[in-house]
Amino acid sequence: MHELSIAMSIVEMAQEEAERREVRIDAVHMELGPLSGVVPEALLFSYEIACNGTVLEGSRLVIKEVPIEVYCPACKAQKTLTSMQWFCCPDCGAPTSEVLHGKELVITALEVRDERRAAPVGSA
Amino acid sequence: MSVEPRLLEVRKNVLKQNDVVARALRERFRAQGTFVVSLVSSPGAGKTAFLEKTLTLLRPQYRVAALVGDLATQNDAIRLARSQAPVKQITTGTLCHLEAAMVERALDEWKTEGREIGDLDFLFIENVGNLVCPSSYDLGEDLRLVLLSVTEGEDKPLKYPTIFNSADVAVITKSDLAGAVDFDEETLKANIQAVRPGMRHFTVSAKTGEGLQEYLQFLRARLST
Repeated sequence: MHELSIAMSIVEMAQEEAERREVRIDAVHMELGPLSGVVPEALLFSYEIACNGTVLEGSRLVIKEVPIEVYCPACKAQKTLTSMQWFCCPDCGAPTSEVLHGKELVITALEVRDERRAAPVGSA
Repeated sequence: MSVEPRLLEVRKNVLKQNDVVARALRERFRAQGTFVVSLVSSPGAGKTAFLEKTLTLLRPQYRVAALVGDLATQNDAIRLARSQAPVKQITTGTLCHLEAAMVERALDEWKTEGREIGDLDFLFIENVGNLVCPSSYDLGEDLRLVLLSVTEGEDKPLKYPTIFNSADVAVITKSDLAGAVDFDEETLKANIQAVRPGMRHFTVSAKTGEGLQEYLQFLRARLST
């Protein structure tokens, strides 16, 4: 279970972005591949814990699971794997270990609100 | 009045920090001419016995050393030190895997203790026994071995495809026990090829020495390339 330390890295990176851009973060969007070694459910659970006591408390983690894409040397084309237990071209059956996608563990976008514009509201 | 949320596009690798350290380590090892091999497996697959044998057999010809990760105790370092090679334990506390920064720190500590890592031919890094978490972390190694013993079941690669995908070579250990557990080598080989086509494997026994020479020959050849 290394998802907690991964979640803490995500929070830390998002926090840095929030400070640098002077924004408040509502949500962190990320792409997660099955070969990243990270379990989405465990990461979502850990994210909530990692956010506690930070400026990201209450924010959401939006995970987009991306499929494993391989290069098939026989078809000379990019193919989507149907099973992690079978690294073969889904069309011609040729074995391949050339992974093009599926290892992603990437923050892709932040849902933010402008901090400076938001701050004065209700201060009267 | 509320401010409308907007979407800011960023693209940041979450493990960038680890990858940066790992890349620096790899460059450092390459500049020094040290070939680095890491070992991953489930707990009890025989990493330490296999590594002790590896160190003992390589030591007369090569300058070798090992780092060994565990949650607690110095037991593995004590066992590996019987090979007479320099060994350092990395205790991770509660962490289930090694990270590149821990390897870097251990090397720095070694340096302050007066050991010069730059003089090594081979450095071995034994990861914490775990087939899940270590797959996410690059340690700057040149070669990652995934070990599995004949007693663990032939379908292990199918259950843990991610770690097999992050590794370069499979080592089937405890071959001396194969008969006792009706081990089916052909099935295991087929399962390894299913999750990692083209993956090379060695079948070894640290106890009887079976298969070790072939594996050592492979390591020697990698060092000279």
